[in-house]
Amino acid sequence: MSGTGPRENVFATRMALTNMKLRLKGAETGHSLLAKKRDALTTRFRAILRKVDEAKRKMGRVMQLASFSMAEVTYTTGDISYLVQEQAKLATFRVKATQENVSGVLLPAFEVDRTPGSDFNLTGLGRGGQQVQRAKEVYAKALETLVELASLQTAFTILDEVIRATNRRVNAIEHVIIPRLDNTIKYIISELDEMDREEFFR
Amino acid sequence: MASHTSFKDRNLIAVIGDEDSITGLLLAGIGHINEQQKKNFLVVDSKTQVSTIEAAFQEFTERKDVAILLINQHIAEKIRPTVDRYQQAFPTLLEIPSKDHPYDPAKDSVLKRVQKLFGE
Repeated sequence: MSGTGPRENVFATRMALTNMKLRLKGAETGHSLLAKKRDALTTRFRAILRKVDEAKRKMGRVMQLASFSMAEVTYTTGDISYLVQEQAKLATFRVKATQENVSGVLLPAFEVDRTPGSDFNLTGLGRGGQQVQRAKEVYAKALETLVELASLQTAFTILDEVIRATNRRVNAIEHVIIPRLDNTIKYIISELDEMDREEFFR
Repeated sequence: MASHTSFKDRNLIAVIGDEDSITGLLLAGIGHINEQQKKNFLVVDSKTQVSTIEAAFQEFTERKDVAILLINQHIAEKIRPTVDRYQQAFPTLLEIPSKDHPYDPAKDSVLKRVQKLFGE
């Protein structure tokens, strides 16, 4: 007899059969839609993955440049770290988050939001002011790279999570829900046939 | 994904790093001290306790106004288990190289995942 394995708990009637058939159709449509979503996300994910890899390597170089300019500052001005740490009050270098929509998933992207401030203008007044200015610029550039990398990385983390969830759903529909509906339909058909045969012999 | 609602308010960059990295980044203008006199940066030197770093890491990751958390790789190495366990999307955790510790992609917790995904 067919209908072995798990099935829905229904009475074998014609109405139930129609319902089940409709549900099966719905499940199949849902499955193909989700599979499409998964493919779109995965394509995006691969692109981001490659970019993350590149950006990380670029960051290594940029930060090296930045520390070099810092070394120049220390050489000309002496140690300014204490001064700088004490003068920090309000951030002039901030980020702004915007969103991007990839098949229903909101990916945040950070943007640099700089308010031209006049911090540390007096730093290096005695000597090395030029180096301090240059270090400021170099570090701001480096930070821009870092911000870019951060948004890539956030997108990476979120996409990773969403792709996992979508995969789980696709698999659940494919391996649990559809076989179950199939079994139910087979069961109802066989029961109906059985009833028909009983009618015939009466 | 409850963080989606609140990420608009996140606009600061926090740092845990050695003195030189912090000085440079502060020069670029990321330093911020809020009303409770809390700083958004922590200077780590050879005498800083691991527990202090951990506490700062927790504090920065739980703050609602931090969008990006930068941490020097050699410092991340000290609290590696905590860093590897960190999976949240916000704030974004970024490991950066420092002056006397060149960047090693093999140790980065995110790059490790990237490598794993490419290696499939």
